[in-house]
Amino acid sequence: MSAAAPLGSALPAPARGARRPALRRFMRHRLAMFGLAAIVILVVACAIGPYLSPYGPLTIDLRHRFQPPFLGPHLLGTDQLGRDLLVRLLLAGRISLTVGFAAMGLSTVFGVIVGLAAGFYGGWAGTALMRFVDAVLCFPQIFLLLTLAALVSPGVLTITLIVALTSWMEVARVVEGQIRSLRERDFAVAAEAIGVSDTHLMLRELLPNVMAPIVVAATLTVARAILLESYASYLGYGIQPPTPSWGNMLNNAQEYLTSAPWLAIVPGIVITLAVTGFNFLGDGLRDALDPRLDIHR
Amino acid sequence: MSDVLTVTDLAVRFTGEGGIVDAVEGVSFALKERETLAIVGESSSGKSVTALALMRLLGGPPNCVVRGQVTLRRQDGERLELLSLPEARMASIRGRDIGMIFQEPMTSLNPVQRVGAQIAEGLHAHERLSARAASDRAVSLLGHVGIPEPALRARAYPHQLSGGMRQRAMIAMALACRPRVLIADEPTTALDVTIQAQILELIRALQKETGMSVIFITHNLGVVAEVADRVLVMYAGQVVEDAPVATLLGRPLMPYSAGLIASVPRLDDVRRRGGRLAAIPGNVPDPRARPAGCTFHPRCAHARPDPCEAARPALEAAAPDHAVRCARWREIAA
Repeated sequence: MSAAAPLGSALPAPARGARRPALRRFMRHRLAMFGLAAIVILVVACAIGPYLSPYGPLTIDLRHRFQPPFLGPHLLGTDQLGRDLLVRLLLAGRISLTVGFAAMGLSTVFGVIVGLAAGFYGGWAGTALMRFVDAVLCFPQIFLLLTLAALVSPGVLTITLIVALTSWMEVARVVEGQIRSLRERDFAVAAEAIGVSDTHLMLRELLPNVMAPIVVAATLTVARAILLESYASYLGYGIQPPTPSWGNMLNNAQEYLTSAPWLAIVPGIVITLAVTGFNFLGDGLRDALDPRLDIHR
Repeated sequence: MSDVLTVTDLAVRFTGEGGIVDAVEGVSFALKERETLAIVGESSSGKSVTALALMRLLGGPPNCVVRGQVTLRRQDGERLELLSLPEARMASIRGRDIGMIFQEPMTSLNPVQRVGAQIAEGLHAHERLSARAASDRAVSLLGHVGIPEPALRARAYPHQLSGGMRQRAMIAMALACRPRVLIADEPTTALDVTIQAQILELIRALQKETGMSVIFITHNLGVVAEVADRVLVMYAGQVVEDAPVATLLGRPLMPYSAGLIASVPRLDDVRRRGGRLAAIPGNVPDPRARPAGCTFHPRCAHARPDPCEAARPALEAAAPDHAVRCARWREIAA
């Protein structure tokens, strides 16, 4: 640790090198790259796919009712009214992915606020907050979701709020634990010793140190939110037809499970793809952003 | 010269699951303008807790109770009683009137923030500077503490700097708003010897330039001899001797101070005593169960049942600027 004089020339541009090892670890993580590819393809397809299709989501093509996939003009087949499955799937994807991302955003922000406050201030208020988090965690998530969904009228906005309300606890716990330990670290005391305010200390000093676990938790939350929305919609408490979502497409498909199994299989595959994609991505980010590998580099 | 900081009967009590710990008991001292006061003692003698208590960085009741008076005289002559200030007011004192440097430059900088931004923070907090002006000041401060290519270093993250440079950056951070008092808590302990000398030299040069007073906490008597004007020796949470540096190193009155000085390894000593290093026998007493009488008597070669075990000795003035806490200092000195 000696201050070698010619360090300046040997040092690569410091600003850019910092995150490279993490990026390299991430790129080498095959499953994560697969997950990322699956998500990007799904998002792009859902965003622009419906514009490219000759069929509308509600276009009824009675001559091709129950057309199996790949065996007619409709690529992924049609349902009982002859509506194009692919277009409905992509439009449903818009809803499901939006719900997933929005619920992730809301629950992350809420969880971070609760975790920051509890970890930073501690004391009886912090303890009370975290015991409340534990109490909410004790409810089986799906029953909490269904209870809430039964009380309010279902829709995209309400289902997003409900999913967010049932999935912010993990982020809160991660953030609380990290903040509580970071709070006692020398650099936090050093920042306090130069007279910065509590808000500044929390948001500018401590929070950036917790970004990695927050990003990981947020990614996994998207997967869970998509799954929860599908669950609720499948059970009829979520997004209501005619607005398509992956979950209510499955609901619709169960009547025809023996005669037209593709109506269930196709949305099922897409849900699986999205959920595993986000899970793989989360795992990859967790490995790549592991603070133990990162901070002392 | 007048006093910048006056500490009277400072006491810190921690209450935890393990019981009550009186980390600091009745510490008093005055810090004069432009003076360097060294606080010396073994680990757990209460040096760092004293410093943190002055800055009110110790957390609050019920787990930690700080008593006593800490009076700061500001530039404009205003006297502030730090221990009773509201927290928001105290935050405006930290960094502006009193700066602090910590022992570990490795952990005292935020790992995910650029060095320049961390230095600019204090400027943001205390002076209404634009972001641009603050970051320019941060770069010039980095240059001022002897970091080559300060503009490049300001954009670096702490892990890209060496230990010595990090400590220099910490000093720049602590001195950004030109505080009148700098508390340096073992600033050189984690650095290697050549860097230590550079950092001491830097602190001394900055002190000369800005006229600040320095409280220098250390357990290294070599450092004390180099930087201090006056020395406060602490043992088991109390001041046991307070004297000008030459007096203390030349003619210590408290047997503990004498023991500390004798423990500094010297090459000729090692040869004479057959390779054994001198040490004070025993350990610092458990703060939950300090011995009755003089807290140092179980380890003291001069201890007698009476008076040493009878009552805790008071801090006596042996000379106008020399105070000692020992019941037998007259006999020992004789």
